[in-house]
Amino acid sequence: MAGGGQTSGASQSDSFAPVRYWLLLPSWLTLLVLVLAPVSMMALYSFLTKEFRGGVVWDFTLAAYDQFFFDRGLFGDEPPKLQWTYISIFWRSIWQAGLATLMSLLIGFPTAYFIATRPEKQRALWVFLITIPYWVNLLIRTVSMKFLLREQGPLNDFLLSTGLLSEPLAIVNTNFAVQLGLFYSYLPFMVLPIYAAVERYNFTLSEAAADLYATRWVILRRIILPSVKPGIIAGCILVFVPSLGSFLAPDLLGGAKNFMIGSLIEEQFKGNAGNWPFGAAASMILLTMVMLILMIFAHQQAKGGK
Amino acid sequence: MAMRRYDLRHYPSFKAVTLFCLFVLYAPLLVVTAYSFNASASITNWEGVSLRWYVEVFTGAESEKFKSAARNSFVIALIAATVSTGMATFAATALLRGGRFRLRMLSFGLISLPLMVPEIVTAVATLIFFNALGVERGLLTILLAHIAFCIPFAYLPISARMQGIEATYEQAAMDLYATRAKAFTRVLLPLMMPGILSGWLLAFIVSLDDFIITNFVKGAGVETLPTAIFGAVKQGIKPNIMAISTMLLGVSVVMVTLSWLISQRDTTK
Repeated sequence: MAGGGQTSGASQSDSFAPVRYWLLLPSWLTLLVLVLAPVSMMALYSFLTKEFRGGVVWDFTLAAYDQFFFDRGLFGDEPPKLQWTYISIFWRSIWQAGLATLMSLLIGFPTAYFIATRPEKQRALWVFLITIPYWVNLLIRTVSMKFLLREQGPLNDFLLSTGLLSEPLAIVNTNFAVQLGLFYSYLPFMVLPIYAAVERYNFTLSEAAADLYATRWVILRRIILPSVKPGIIAGCILVFVPSLGSFLAPDLLGGAKNFMIGSLIEEQFKGNAGNWPFGAAASMILLTMVMLILMIFAHQQAKGGK
Repeated sequence: MAMRRYDLRHYPSFKAVTLFCLFVLYAPLLVVTAYSFNASASITNWEGVSLRWYVEVFTGAESEKFKSAARNSFVIALIAATVSTGMATFAATALLRGGRFRLRMLSFGLISLPLMVPEIVTAVATLIFFNALGVERGLLTILLAHIAFCIPFAYLPISARMQGIEATYEQAAMDLYATRAKAFTRVLLPLMMPGILSGWLLAFIVSLDDFIITNFVKGAGVETLPTAIFGAVKQGIKPNIMAISTMLLGVSVVMVTLSWLISQRDTTK
């Protein structure tokens, strides 16, 4: 994702080849020590036994994963039954992230298409307008969303004053509020890759189809959409993946009933009541899901590129 | 066959959707900005324009807390952005000017790792790591974590810029007996400056904005602006929080705009 992997031969120079390892050393060390080692340590922790005051005892066990999937009764002596509590939290997260992705696609595709068909000089400005909100603090954006949507908030004031509603809408603390929050958090991620794909699309294909009496919407569905599919898939992944593990939107907009994976994990590390190995195991399951999605995507892209 | 009387590229409803999209993106931010200037102590009623809550942020009962949080945030962002931008510049030089070598693809993967691992997972992992090593949590742990996840954000604009610079410049310098170090500092680095600057600005914003990782690796009593704001919002959204948010929002917008203007300038060159 860092790009540059597909560098063309032209810019492939070796002026700094003799010192390349020295140049890479600082970032390698930092990322190995501060990202890879911690993730490995977390994997290890997910197989340890929990200490009651937070932290772990160094006894290897599958208890954390077992607790995630199975219910063995209060004393742990009953035959294992599938435990739905945590699976359903994951399922809700997938569902919420999926709906947020769908909303982003429905709004993001026309936007990206519109921007990509502007005169070339205007495009950069449009893209810039779409990206600014992304660089504003996610916490502030989520709080702003809550401020806007809440029961005595400006949105309800407006709807009540127009007479469209007689009662304020209770949006905050619903699943829908979380979807809106996720949609709002990651919408620019949907627009950018689709925009890049549409910009590369060859519009003479549309001309050809129109000459053969295809209508505009048939052209969109049968020719444009298949051509820009890689951009659409990239956009969906860029929205879905961070939504899946998000913490702020479900925490601030969803309330206690609309728990997602992020909150489940966070809870295990808060104060002294948490269960570190269980939190580590839930994180591992989330990480595995994300890595699987990214691998399938990379595989598809590699196939499509040929 | 008759000439088509319409532009094929044009879809009638798409402009409306685009405008709606911009409206959705900006409405919450504009509303909070507007209400931060509200004279009323209630967040519901509008009682006219005033700077009351901005004064409150700097002099009110909670001002010490927010000032120290702001100081922490800016110091961490400044150091994290500078260190990660330096590392990213070196890494980009090695990966784009170091020929083909075996660790090259692996290095791309490693650099993008912080973008691929979900933030909450990085947060948990970093907490566990510092805890296992017995490192006391505080400003230093926040700084270290920020340096790591800022690297890819600094790397992206830097490598984009470097790809646009012909290698002939530094090769010419070395042909004329410049040492490799001189070719780097006197030729490549000045050409790279717009990319480096925009990488630094993005890293700075990303560090300034981070909540989740900071929340996990900060020690008790150590706050940055986002964690302080989150703590305050848990008690309800108050007008002074909207004033702080508006200021932070302003900083982000100014920096992103700077970064954009810098990158615009070099494409028109």
